[in-house]
Amino acid sequence: METYDLTAMELRAVNAALQAKGGGEGGEGGGGSNQTCEVINPRGSHAIAVGLNAPIEVTVEGSTGYYCAGMNQQATINVTGSAGPGVAENMMSGKVVINGDASQYAGATAHGGLLVIKGNASSRCGISMKGVDIVVHGNIGHMSAFMAQSGNLVVLGDAGDALGDSLYEAHIFVRGEVKSLGADCIQKEMRSEHIEKLAHLLKQAEADADPKDFRRYGSARQLYNFDIDNAGDY
Amino acid sequence: MDKTPGTHPVKPWTFDDYTNSYIRRAAATGIYDIRGGGAKRRVPHFDDLLFLGASMSRYPLEGYREKCETKVALGTRFAKNPIMLDIPITIAGMSFGALSGQAKEALGRGANAAGTSTTTGDGGMTIEERSHSNKLVYQYLPSRYGMNPDDLRKADAIEIVVGQGAKPGGGGMLLGQKISDRVAEMRTLPKGIDQRSACRHPDWTGPDDLEIKILELREITGWRVPIYVKIGGARPYFDTTLAIKAGADVVVLDGMQGGTAATQDVFIEHVGQPTLACIRPAVQALQDLDVHREVQLVLSGGIRTGADVAKALALGADAVSIGTAALIALGDNDPALEGEYQKLGTTAGAYDDWHEGQDPAGITTQDPKLAARLDPVAAGRRLANYLKVMTLEAQTIARACGKNHVLNLEPEDLCALTIEASAMAGVPLAGTNWIPGQTPESGKHD
Repeated sequence: METYDLTAMELRAVNAALQAKGGGEGGEGGGGSNQTCEVINPRGSHAIAVGLNAPIEVTVEGSTGYYCAGMNQQATINVTGSAGPGVAENMMSGKVVINGDASQYAGATAHGGLLVIKGNASSRCGISMKGVDIVVHGNIGHMSAFMAQSGNLVVLGDAGDALGDSLYEAHIFVRGEVKSLGADCIQKEMRSEHIEKLAHLLKQAEADADPKDFRRYGSARQLYNFDIDNAGDY
Repeated sequence: MDKTPGTHPVKPWTFDDYTNSYIRRAAATGIYDIRGGGAKRRVPHFDDLLFLGASMSRYPLEGYREKCETKVALGTRFAKNPIMLDIPITIAGMSFGALSGQAKEALGRGANAAGTSTTTGDGGMTIEERSHSNKLVYQYLPSRYGMNPDDLRKADAIEIVVGQGAKPGGGGMLLGQKISDRVAEMRTLPKGIDQRSACRHPDWTGPDDLEIKILELREITGWRVPIYVKIGGARPYFDTTLAIKAGADVVVLDGMQGGTAATQDVFIEHVGQPTLACIRPAVQALQDLDVHREVQLVLSGGIRTGADVAKALALGADAVSIGTAALIALGDNDPALEGEYQKLGTTAGAYDDWHEGQDPAGITTQDPKLAARLDPVAAGRRLANYLKVMTLEAQTIARACGKNHVLNLEPEDLCALTIEASAMAGVPLAGTNWIPGQTPESGKHD
């Protein structure tokens, strides 16, 4: 295992080394072998392990600042502490696991892959998500899944105000309480295919929960095309 | 019949014919008017400035004989690979979705021939525009439609869009009529729905966050490409200052005449400042931070002629960007299509329902039959010609002012025709040494 110490190396050098695992920054990626690396002493640094593009495993020993694992492709990134705002933003594929809590905008606009937050996630978790799967073992803050387009947001705990506001086609599953739903977000029937999908996600996220205990939320699709009679809902 | 003399019927200035038609339309539809383009109202603009030319105290350069350079480098502050342009005129961000694939290809072809860059828009980067643009700026927008790291690494520069002149503080809108299968797929949304683009970024708020976002983008792209920050003409001094402090290589400043694919008419006409009013505060911010020319300023919003280009550069911009003018060069609003414009209830020169996707010129549409009307090779050639004419015009003026590079033009080369333009541009009213808002000692705005 290779170790990169952020007290001894510049961020650029650490990211360049990690990005090189896939053939280098700007490379096509995918050519790297299954390597494991660790980043120690992150001390809340921003933009750690961003732009990775190879099936490598990276463990960040500690807590990170903004945008850890941003735009990840293929890599598995495990943060042992907590993550600052925008963790795994715009992730395309791979897996990111936060063992502590995550700040605002976790998984924002992410297109694919799996984001697991074993603690709580703050506001706007999954904002504008475009295909990612997010599993939060704890609670999530207000305005989560705002304008979420595609993918699945699974919450084992409670959800804050205005969940799924202006939702498009993303699916939301919540086991605990929902403080309030946002505009055009409604509770929907849990059918067998949803139970099956949820069970798969819970297993991938190492979450010990029964899919049947969850409720499903989705878009009512009433705001998809402008209607003056809905003006108050926009 | 009563023959007592009477006065002519008078229509109120406050309730003129246009205003009344607006009220009737609103009452009939219950929906505000949405349209494309920029502000149509008359605002102080570059037409209100004149160059002084050479005289006894400075000598001109010989036209066609003495060199007048036009090359510009954008992104010299931090990027390993700045963008090198042959001319100081770039093509502004316009999306595939808002424009047809043929129009995007034509923009790329024209820009290539003239030695300049094009810019993507909301919806991501298409293969066609990457392959037809030698220098492509990739916009990083709040919606992040189509955003992915592979395209990010293919870009020659990244433009973080904070705002645009047509609607500072507003998001985007692409109505269902233009959401074809391909556009829907690129944006990860169902076909046929109205696509709202967020008005602010989903994962940062404020300049301190922006600094970290810029760091992330640089780390993902290895610090190779310039990072632009595009702002609408709202508070140009403070917005430019904050963009510089956040680490921008280039500030793109868009005044209210700058176009949009679609937004509310009330937004276009009533929010934001004219381009002319924005430039000097932005330049002042660059100068106050001692980075004028180190952080480049690209100005857009109503640039039409080589004279406009020269005036923008003289006031301190490093380059300009054109959108609406480029579309007109491609064939938008061509009087040759008058019959078809009339069928749409409008007239050539006034057509602005770009969001409806029925553009007879094949530019602002996703209808394959309409889009096929635009020949990208011929349209690209027209754009290249237009860009070259504007460059020649700017060179002509620069030589007349004794400058061997268009960037050597300066405010001292200008005077203003109106008090308003004088105050905004910070150049003397013609025939006087008076600049409203300035004292001779201050040298800058109060």
